[in-house]
This record gives sequence, C-alpha cells and structure tokens, in this order.
Amino acid sequence: MSDHESTYVPKTGVEKWLDSRLPIVRFGADYMSLPTPKNLNYWWTFGGILALCLAVQIATGIVLAMHYVPNVELAFASVERIMRDVNGGDLIRYTHANGASMFFIAVYLHMLRGLYYGSYKAPREMIWIVGCVIFFLMIATAFLGYVLPWGQMSYWGAEVITNLIGAIPVIGEPILIWLRGGPAIDNATLNRFFSLHYLLPFVIAGCVVLHLWALHHAGQNNPVGILIPKDRLKKDTVPFHPYFTVKDGFAIVLFLILFAVFVFFMPNALGHADNYIPANPLQTPAHIVPEWYMLPFYAILRAIPDKFGGVLAMFGAIGVLFVLPWLDTSKVRSMRYRPAMRTFFVIFVLVGLGLGWCGAQLPDAPVIPGMPSFTLMDGQLNSYLWLTRLFTAYYFAFFLIIMPIVGLRETPLPIPATISEPVLPGGDAMTAAAPAAAEKKG
Amino acid sequence: MATMNLETSMRSMKKTLALVAAAAGLVLAAQPAAAAEGGHGYALRDGNFSFEGPFGTFDQGQLQRGYKVYREVCASCHSMDLMHFRTLAEPGGPFYDAHQASAAENRYVKALAAEVQVADIDTETGESVMRDGTAADRFPNPYPNATAAAAANGGAAPPDLSVMAKARHGGAGYIYSLLTGYAPPPEGLQIRPGQYYNAYMAGDLTPFMPEGAHVPPGGFIAMPPPLMDGQVTYDDGSPETVNQYAKDVAAFIAWASDPKQVQRKQSGVGTLIFLLLFAGVTYMSYRRIWKGVAH
Repeated sequence: MSDHESTYVPKTGVEKWLDSRLPIVRFGADYMSLPTPKNLNYWWTFGGILALCLAVQIATGIVLAMHYVPNVELAFASVERIMRDVNGGDLIRYTHANGASMFFIAVYLHMLRGLYYGSYKAPREMIWIVGCVIFFLMIATAFLGYVLPWGQMSYWGAEVITNLIGAIPVIGEPILIWLRGGPAIDNATLNRFFSLHYLLPFVIAGCVVLHLWALHHAGQNNPVGILIPKDRLKKDTVPFHPYFTVKDGFAIVLFLILFAVFVFFMPNALGHADNYIPANPLQTPAHIVPEWYMLPFYAILRAIPDKFGGVLAMFGAIGVLFVLPWLDTSKVRSMRYRPAMRTFFVIFVLVGLGLGWCGAQLPDAPVIPGMPSFTLMDGQLNSYLWLTRLFTAYYFAFFLIIMPIVGLRETPLPIPATISEPVLPGGDAMTAAAPAAAEKKG
Repeated sequence: MATMNLETSMRSMKKTLALVAAAAGLVLAAQPAAAAEGGHGYALRDGNFSFEGPFGTFDQGQLQRGYKVYREVCASCHSMDLMHFRTLAEPGGPFYDAHQASAAENRYVKALAAEVQVADIDTETGESVMRDGTAADRFPNPYPNATAAAAANGGAAPPDLSVMAKARHGGAGYIYSLLTGYAPPPEGLQIRPGQYYNAYMAGDLTPFMPEGAHVPPGGFIAMPPPLMDGQVTYDDGSPETVNQYAKDVAAFIAWASDPKQVQRKQSGVGTLIFLLLFAGVTYMSYRRIWKGVAH
C-alpha cells in the first residue's frame, strides 16, 4: 500500500552502510512485508506465475541465442541442431516454444481476473494500462519468435502479418518495405526479427517493474473489490511473505505440472506440423494459421471484408482494453456484486473462446454441416465467417455498449463494508489467539 | 472457528480442483485438435508402435530394420540432411551399444559410414577428392542440390525425411499409412502420368472425378509405390513384407525426427513425480502458514 511504512532495520555494519547509500535491501524487505488483502483467491496467483514465465523465457532464450543462426539458409537446421546436439537442447527449445503458450494461458487468465474483479478501476488504471502494454509487447514478441525457426508457418505467418501493415493507406507500402528490410521477406527480415525478439523481452521486463511499482503504490485489489480502510489495515491484510509467497508458490508448482506435461510428453501438440517443413517462398501452405493464442485476433481480422478495416478491428480489439477504465461506469469493482454484468462477462469469455475456435477454421466452411443456409451479403449465413462476425460484434459491444450502460442501469448487490465480512459473521473475527490454536493442532 | 476454516479451505480446494480439471481438459483438447486438422480421408492406420504413450520406448531391432529400409530404398531419392552417422549410436538410437566408448567410436556406425563416399578437399593439395565416410559425416544426399533433385523427379524434389514425423499430422502413423496406402485408383478418377493415387495423401480429388460421383478420400502422390514384398533382406526373422517395412521405416523416421524423445519422456516421469510431491509439500506449507487466518 502506498502508505506502507518501512519496517526494515539494518542490523550489520555492512547493511547500515549500504542502506544509507543504496537502500536495495530495504526495498526488497518492504516488498516482502507489503500488507496484502488476506482474501485474495487463486485467480490472484497468475501474477507470480507470469513473472516465472518471463524469467523462463528469458533464461531459455539466452541459451538458444547462443546456438541459433539467424540466416535463411541455416536457421531451420540450427534449431534442429540445438535439439539434437546441444546438451539438454531439446528441453531448452521445447521449454521456450511451449513456454510461449504457457505465458499466454497465464496472461489471459490474469486479464480475465482483472476484468471480473474490476482491478482496472480507480486508483489502479495505470496498473491496467501498463499491463495492456505488456500484453501488446508479448504478442509482438511471440510473433517475432515464431518466425525464427524459419519453417513454413514462420515464413507465411510473417508474410500475412507484415502484409497487414501494407494495408494502411498511403504510408503502408513504404513502412512495409522498411519493416521487412526489403521488398520481400528475406534474410534482412529474419535478422531484424531476431534482434527485436531478443530486445522486446527486456522491454517487457522494464514494463513489469512499472506494473509492480503502480501495483504497490495503489495497493492490490481483492475479490470483494473494496479499498481497505486504514483502520482495518491490520485486521484485513497479511504480510506478502510468507502468506502469499507460499500460496503463489503452490499455484506455481501446479502450473509447472501442466507446463511439464507439454514439454516432456507432447512438445509439439500446441504447434503446427507445417512449421517443421523448411520455409519455401514458392509454396503457400494450404491453411495458414497463427499459434492458438493469436487466433481470436486473427478471427477478428478476417471478420471484416475490407483489409484495412480488418487491421483496424484487430488492433482495436487490443486498443479498447487501454480505455477500459473509462468505459466501465459502475461504481462497484467486483462482479461478485454485479449479477447482470456477471452474465455478460460469462458470455464474453465464451465469445472469446468461440473467436479462437473460429480463427482456426476456414471462413467458408459451414458451422453446422448439412444445414440449409442462404447467402447473406458476401457469404453463407451458415459459415464461420458469419459466426465470427457475430462474436466480433459481441466482443466490441461488451466494451463499448454493455459496459457503459449496465454500469449506469444495474442494481448491484449490497457490498460488505470490510473484506472480512463475507467470510466471518461479525466481520473482524480474525482472532489473535489463532496462532496459538494452530500450535496445538499442528 | 475451526469449521469456518474448514469451509473456506474446502472452497479454495474445490476451486483448485476446478483449475486442475480445466488444465487437464486443455491437455486432452490439444491432442484431437492436432489430429483433426490433418484433412485425411481415412483415419490413419494404427502401427501399434512401441514408442507411443508416456512410457513407450523404441524397439532397437525395429530401428535397425527401419534404417536398413531407409538406406536401401528411401535413400536413393530422399535425403536426411540433419542426420549424422554418429547419431545412430547415441543412447536410444538404432546402433547404441553401451559397451562402446562413444558414439563416434561405435564400430557398427563406423562400418556403416565407411560404406558411403563423401566429397572432401585433400588437405595437402586442395583438390576435390572422394573419401570413405566417418561417424561424424552426415547421411549422403542422393542429389547434388535441390534443383537436381527436382529435375530427376518430374519437377518436385522428394522431401527431406530428417523431421518428417514432426512435419505431418499423425507422425509415424501417417508415414506408415501413406506407405501402405497405395491402392488401385477409384473408378473414374483421372490420373495424370507420373502421379499415383494414395488414400492417405492430403488433397481434394473433386476436380478429378466425374460430375456427381462420390469423391474418394486421399490425393495424388508423385512417389511410385516404393516398397515390394521381399525387397529388403531382414536377418532377424521379421517378415519381409511391405507392411513390416513400412512400419519399421516409420519407426526409424519417428526416432530420427526427435532422437531424444524417449530420454525426455523418461526424465518427464521423474520430473512429474517430483512436482507432484513438491506440490503436496507446498500445499501443506500453505495450510500450515494460513492456519488461523480466516480468508
């Protein structure tokens, strides 16, 4: 919390010397003793999980960069060589490749948690906005990284995505050439993508520092969504360590189990087989699809008949998140107390999954095979094209229409005065005697 | 107090279980999704491979037979540029022998490598020479370059087989099915010269069938049926049939596509056991630390 007083007392001479010059130990100690709402549930553990994901990606990525060759003739074979001839190389590379998927699983859950519990609302707008910047950088980094193995999907994914920039009127074409380093995707493109793929994770790390700084300044939200009054601070919060280090730690171990199942037993299940075919600029794959975590945005891109319109919609789908704090008109943070909004939220989650599903299908394919249909505008009504459009409409309506209107018109449920109230009758029954009782039982 | 604690911990436990269930669902969902994308007409034939599943390992005899089929049949057109002879002698490989000092010193592999001639530069004179292969050499490419490979094969270069099991949906099962999937062309199918009908090849035969006729699964493949009964001699008594050859070479390519897969799965079992125990310990620490704090 912003007015969290430092309780650190330097003990040794070295600590005292250091504390008056660079209070870095104090910084760490204050971090660990930060008063944290005691009612944070498991949805709050994804922050720690994401920090782990970033660390894993950077650590494995640094080792991969020692062996990877950013050259169109050698890149594909160099990635395979890492998996065949570098000590532990298969684990390092598969951890990095699956780590991207794990990172996105965690970030989507982290964002949905923020959305559900209103973690973006005052005074936490900057936490949310910096988080959106991180999310955008993650997408860019993941895209750049997917190009590096120089398989068929790498090449053609790069082709499709960079072409989007070319759809911008007037300035699109020169930007496209500047971005690719030439008229086509070639060695220059691969080299700059490698350079940027190495750079961006450190920019993300910098943004994470800002994200945490803002978090510790404004204080953590909690499932009840109320600000903890100063006089309740002692009763309603616990120090971050050990209470949340152990809870986050448990969640991280569970997450690592999921991670390990993919890395050790099904390392290519989340990827696409075509990316083990070396890039061939003369042969377009039958079906170009991005990685699963990009699919919802890819679906939105394809939903708009006009190419530039599609690009605007796709970037708009991320851009709208930045202004979310001002689109939500509700005074209540947590959707626990907003039953109407909660229904719209559940539909939003399903629509997001639906968009991901649509992004992997051919737009012309029928949603229900064999069902009679008719042509509406530019496609059959019974096609993924129209299903995607329906979902895209809801995606934007959720933020631009539902959120402002429901916030003004809904009747929220009564909100507890303290975060202890929903747990214990009487509110502040967190007994001082509890640790003693624990001793007896333990 | 105690009952409240129990209730809240039950609640959080239920949520944890729900999360774990969701994660398990994700793992399961990733598998059929990959299989469904293939676009093959038929379900792939099941090779009953020994290396499938979390505990599966390669059958070394099968890998040796598969290598022989590759060497004597496939290698006349298909390269395996990412493979070195020494890889054959690495742990889990077809010619691994625990009694030999190292993969490079493995006598089987040295003998196999010596069967091929490798282009090199004479270190004294700088002239181009041909020398016997060594364990450190790559598998020889049947063609000097990709253009020559395409020119010799009707315009389409035979694909490199180094990672073929990873580059096709269905992996070894797909290779096995394709090699045994040659069939007399369905009635009415128009086949261009130099093309063959294969029931497991990706493609859409609609334009090549008469109007209104039932469209058969599969597609065209430029590779003539490569295997014949009795073509390769096995000295371990295994049946010398197309079916057995196809299965063995599919297993060999599956190994070559990811030579570390069995060791990785084995360390995965240990890793998961550790993580599960560690999760238990962490959960107990969590319960211990939070005891008495209602939340």
